[in-house]
Amino acid sequence: MQQTITQKILSRAANRKFVDAGESVWLNVDILLTHDVCGPPTFDIFKQEFGPDAKVWDPQKVVVLPDHYIFTANEHAHRNIDLLRQFAAEQHLPHYYDVGSDRYKGVCHVALAEEGFNIPGTVLFGTDSHTCTSGAFGMFGTGIGNTDAAFILGTGKLWEKVPESIKFTFDGVMPEYLTAKDLILQILGDITTDGATYKAMEFDGEAIFSLPMEERMTLTNMAIEAGGMNGIIAADSVAESYVRARSQKPYEIFRSDPDAKYHSRYHYNVRELEPVVAQPHSPDNRATVRSVQGTKITKSYIGSCTGGKLTDFVMAAKILKGKKVSVTTNIVPATVLVARALETERFEGVTLKQIFEDAGCSIALPSCAACLGGPSDTVGRSVDNDLVVSTTNRNFPGRMGSKHAGVYLASPLTAAASAVTGKLTDPRDFL
Amino acid sequence: METIIQGKAYVLGKNIDTDQIIPAEHLVYSLSDPEEVKLYGKYALSGVPPEQGGLPEGNIPFIREGEFSSDYTIIIAGPNFGCGSSREHAPFALKVAGAKAIIAESYARIFYRNCVDGGFVIPYETAEELNQVIKTGDELKIDVKANTIENLSRQVTYKLSALGDVFSIIEAGGIFAYARQENLMAQS
Repeated sequence: MQQTITQKILSRAANRKFVDAGESVWLNVDILLTHDVCGPPTFDIFKQEFGPDAKVWDPQKVVVLPDHYIFTANEHAHRNIDLLRQFAAEQHLPHYYDVGSDRYKGVCHVALAEEGFNIPGTVLFGTDSHTCTSGAFGMFGTGIGNTDAAFILGTGKLWEKVPESIKFTFDGVMPEYLTAKDLILQILGDITTDGATYKAMEFDGEAIFSLPMEERMTLTNMAIEAGGMNGIIAADSVAESYVRARSQKPYEIFRSDPDAKYHSRYHYNVRELEPVVAQPHSPDNRATVRSVQGTKITKSYIGSCTGGKLTDFVMAAKILKGKKVSVTTNIVPATVLVARALETERFEGVTLKQIFEDAGCSIALPSCAACLGGPSDTVGRSVDNDLVVSTTNRNFPGRMGSKHAGVYLASPLTAAASAVTGKLTDPRDFL
Repeated sequence: METIIQGKAYVLGKNIDTDQIIPAEHLVYSLSDPEEVKLYGKYALSGVPPEQGGLPEGNIPFIREGEFSSDYTIIIAGPNFGCGSSREHAPFALKVAGAKAIIAESYARIFYRNCVDGGFVIPYETAEELNQVIKTGDELKIDVKANTIENLSRQVTYKLSALGDVFSIIEAGGIFAYARQENLMAQS
């Protein structure tokens, strides 16, 4: 029987040879991810259901990465970190990355990759909807709630309905002005925010396999914005060398069979695409940057799991070198490793950090920060009447703070070009 | 479980995401401390832009100023209810506010799972655009066994899609109760 890559990975996790789209199966979980917002209630449910002295099914398979509300004076947020710390100590969890220690990493989806937890062929569940990011490594990753996560903590298993797959093929050589963010915003405009509900979004084609892992993660990260259960890209030599440099674990590479059944297929030629934004207040409200060029903005924000990786900052630096920003511009590296790389990575001989400082940007400490608003003292949080151009993944009403603000989702190139002019600006004007 | 759910309708539009259901700044409260839990009721649906809450008129808050629970029991909405984040705080907040059921044209996957597996509110689907014909404040009656909803204010009955496989999880009260009942996990 012919299967998609997602079916093959779920078959392996269900100890089956074949699973059909639509059937519900019990899966053995390879990694459970949680963070400071959903970890504490998950641990509460775990203790309530399995008993106060219960032990997690496998401490090696639980990864706890606080990242949401880190640099804030909010006491409730601090209490959540204390609860994570306490549970990690009680359960002897080796993969807890404590705030305020040199183990702190930053945004969980990027840190998972950097720390070698993304292994081709495996199954990852996480208490965060952007857990689908890890699909860039040829693995299954999806988000769940606290109750489901507590069930996994105790049993190592969870039921899931095997998704149908939609295939998105991108042919052609990526032009300099186009990024993975433009590709996923293009798709969202085409299929809308529920176009892939309960489905796998599989990406392939020459343009996709030419991208570095970080850019592939931008694409799979936003599968959830179309309602997708998971986003997935088969692992190739680029993925293998990234994984081998970070993990000794064995892995298995799966690929879709040539005659596997798809719900639908979409074909794009990247040469025919152009920079786009998602206008307020929905990730599918697509417009070409040219068509909204000149729209005034009040802030530019470059950060988050989808837009705060080193590749994102390299792109932003290309535009910002030697320029001055004309609106508040927040640079928020996703992780500590990315933050450090800003000091060593150079563009035309100058470090990215220097380029951003010279341009007048403010550089924040690594965390989720204002991507989801956060407590009132969060760096970059939007206020009433803000119009933000942002490399993040959601622009629902109130997402970055005030519900009387608007957010334009854009690539780091577009966010940087717009920061310079103070208006939405096509990056081709600067490249 | 209750076989009849009766109460007032609160009507919303499409794509009601989890940031509208419970804005992220409120996710810091405890979900087990009884006093803090009340805050989830207070802020339920507080992220909905005012003119889009309590349709068709709008500008009707789900929770009145200073209150911790809602006058409304049944939420009526368009497609893709609960899209966005995985925060289980969202269906939890609706339950704390007093909501018992949602009737929407479709749901985002994680929100739907959370409703069912956490045993918070019943997520019914309907093929009809009920948010176009039911008004906020209408008195509604859901017959859980018959899969129907009656608008007592207008004397019209509509069909709801059967809950299917998940009915037994909802009936048990959530994934843990169901798993025990089916011997899928050791008794604790």
